Amino acid sequence: MAKNTRTILICSGKGGVGKTTLTANLGIALANSGSSTAVLDADFGLRNLDLLLGLENRIIYTAQDVLDKNCRLDQALVRHKQEPNLALLPAGDPRMLDWMKPEDMKKISALLSEKFDYVLVDCPAGVEDGFKNALAACNEAIVVTNPELSAVRDADRVVGILNTCDIQPIQLVVNRVRPKMMANQEMLTIDDVTSILSLPLLGIVLEDEQVIISTNRGEPLTLSGKKSPASKCYLNVSQRLAGADIPVIDPNKESKSLKDKFMNLMQTKIF
Amino acid sequence: MTLRDLINKLLGRETASANTARERLQLVLAHDRVDMSTLTTDLLDKMRREILDVVAKYVEIDFDEVAVSLETEDRMTALVANLPIKRTISGEIKLKDNNKKTSK
Repeated sequence: MAKNTRTILICSGKGGVGKTTLTANLGIALANSGSSTAVLDADFGLRNLDLLLGLENRIIYTAQDVLDKNCRLDQALVRHKQEPNLALLPAGDPRMLDWMKPEDMKKISALLSEKFDYVLVDCPAGVEDGFKNALAACNEAIVVTNPELSAVRDADRVVGILNTCDIQPIQLVVNRVRPKMMANQEMLTIDDVTSILSLPLLGIVLEDEQVIISTNRGEPLTLSGKKSPASKCYLNVSQRLAGADIPVIDPNKESKSLKDKFMNLMQTKIF
Repeated sequence: MTLRDLINKLLGRETASANTARERLQLVLAHDRVDMSTLTTDLLDKMRREILDVVAKYVEIDFDEVAVSLETEDRMTALVANLPIKRTISGEIKLKDNNKKTSK
């Protein structure tokens, strides 16, 4: 391995917490900052990363084709038009006959690390084979969760498995944060989630309607450069991931109305 | 306790749902982390009895005060057993309250 490539697993256990959205936005943000970045969709049963990036019509080959020598890696990589530093590689397609094995994923990640600074692996939900395949390709991990019981519980299972593997660091992103509900104590706080999972916090992402709108368009928020709450968060996460010494976005500061300030005061520990 | 909890208590209102969430989560994770598929309550009970049998070979235990439980802290789950010892089999008596040892 000539380059010091960081191959990062983006996983959650539970489905629908925002793995793929995070992968797409981080991919764009890292590429935009000048690092050559590949996003690998390891979820070939239900792949969606192509949709979020607006690349669904441009996929011809998959990683499976590269391994079978049906094509070269360059041919399988789908370059993003507006962000040429970013390339997508789908691991396979749903009609695939042979399922990939951990060794196959290792080969693919070795090929990618010759070309890219960052490889983000979008992991399928669950803790079964799909997850273990994706895991084999990576040397660090981001666990995505929501401040919600079932998501945290499933994340805990994933962390338990990651801890037994050679994966370091394992960092946490809390997605779909609603500062008002947290201030009202109607939602688990960031501190609750980090202390329960005992993981270092890479960042938070605020709940934001713009995420849905950007998905409809196939243009990740970090691509447009719009200053929506979630897009600011994705940018913050990508900078922290790249090693920038900046603080995590504070959800309390993001809700500034008088009522919210009062609610924060009510949260003060008195004994 | 937070300011809000105090006011809720004074007004006799339900506590905020985040507290309930936290408590339920901590409980369910304590079970998940020891992998309850392999360690059921029955098995835990059996293990407890076997541990006591072994210990009872060497020392006399105060069975009324025995407590065996699983405690989870910082992702580590530990089996915690508190077995107050009345005396050793050889007759040596240990006084628990003043920590004095009577030697032979």
